[in-house]
Amino acid sequence: MLKIKILGSGCPNCKRLEQEVNDALAGSMIEYEVIKVTDFMDIMAYNIMSTPGLVMNETLLSAGRIPNHQQIVQWAAQYQTAE
Amino acid sequence: MHFTQLAPARDNRRTFFIIGALALVWVITYNNLQPIADWITYTLLGLSQESHLGTSFNFFIYDTPKLLLLLSGMIFLITLVQTFINTEKVRAAVEKRGEGVGNVMASLFGAITPFCSCSSVPLFIGFVQAGIPLGITFSFLITSPLMNEVAFVLLLGLFGWKVALLYLTSGISIGIISGIILGRMKLERYVEGFVYEIKPRGIPRGVLEEKLTWVDRFERAVQSTRDIVGKVWLFVIIGIGIGAFIHGFVPEDALTGIMGKDAWWSVPVSVVLGIPLYSNAAGIIPIVSALLDKGASLGTVLAFMMSVVALSLPEMIILRRVLKPRLIAIFVGVVGISIIMTGYLFNLVI
Repeated sequence: MLKIKILGSGCPNCKRLEQEVNDALAGSMIEYEVIKVTDFMDIMAYNIMSTPGLVMNETLLSAGRIPNHQQIVQWAAQYQTAE
Repeated sequence: MHFTQLAPARDNRRTFFIIGALALVWVITYNNLQPIADWITYTLLGLSQESHLGTSFNFFIYDTPKLLLLLSGMIFLITLVQTFINTEKVRAAVEKRGEGVGNVMASLFGAITPFCSCSSVPLFIGFVQAGIPLGITFSFLITSPLMNEVAFVLLLGLFGWKVALLYLTSGISIGIISGIILGRMKLERYVEGFVYEIKPRGIPRGVLEEKLTWVDRFERAVQSTRDIVGKVWLFVIIGIGIGAFIHGFVPEDALTGIMGKDAWWSVPVSVVLGIPLYSNAAGIIPIVSALLDKGASLGTVLAFMMSVVALSLPEMIILRRVLKPRLIAIFVGVVGISIIMTGYLFNLVI
């Protein structure tokens, strides 16, 4: 199962990113779960300086912006097998 | 194979064509707003040029499309430039600089980097981890919220480029000077201890350092523009509505006594009043522009606006996670005093 982490302390953009991920992957066959990482100690372990951050199976994919659906789906397909 | 190679080039050309056509429509419309507004007010509706209602209405239907057009166009350009900058690049550029040059660079970058107050904590930690001195980090953290792109564009539209430029240079100067002062104060002990203990794990970074094409950049700029304008347009219209009312119905010089140059206390009072106001910055500027016509002074007005955007309560609550209350108080004090000084300076010069 694809583990998607949303890094962010709960700002409006973090909530929007979560929504976008769910919307983007709604019609796909990819099995995934979304984990919200809100603690700064944990967020900073990923060495990012702007939120929200998007992590799939422990690979950091974006920070400080909300990627579009196409991009999210493409990453999800690419990283669902990666460990 | 041939098609896949050709596709991006054709895609590029189409995007450039659309952007160019939109720019042309934009310029033509923007330059003809006053005649259109005059025609609607005085010919179509038959309102008198001398009546309160006529001037108010004309002001409103000229300013609203003008500001919204200016906002969309300028925010698009600004967000396009922003696709070339990110906080990682800023950190790398500032990392090896000392006091002075470091503060100037941090403040300049702070002015153009997109900023969201929820990112201030990760940014602070990221800078401290890289060994960047506290004063330089603050230069960035002060200028970044102080230079608000929406505020800049509204100033440009309502007061002209001189005032907009003044806002830009004074904001950058406030960031540099406040940062240097804070840096000299040796405040490291007021930073929460855990900041120095966080160790980044060696996490694989996917496509973060990807190469962006022009089409990508345009797409991102369009998306950001839609987000930003979508968030503020209603405030701007309400602000212009109130401004139009003031413009038509409040007598000239009504505010000279309260917000004019001679009222020395108006600058600090404006700064203090600005602290609890935050999200309405977009609506405040059109109102303030009308106030200026009625005798309020520019320094007071700019100080008020800067306080609204730079010293906000939500921002301080977020910074409390990494800074002890004492440091937050010093931060507010130094930035507040810098803004007050800037306000006085403008009142003196202009």
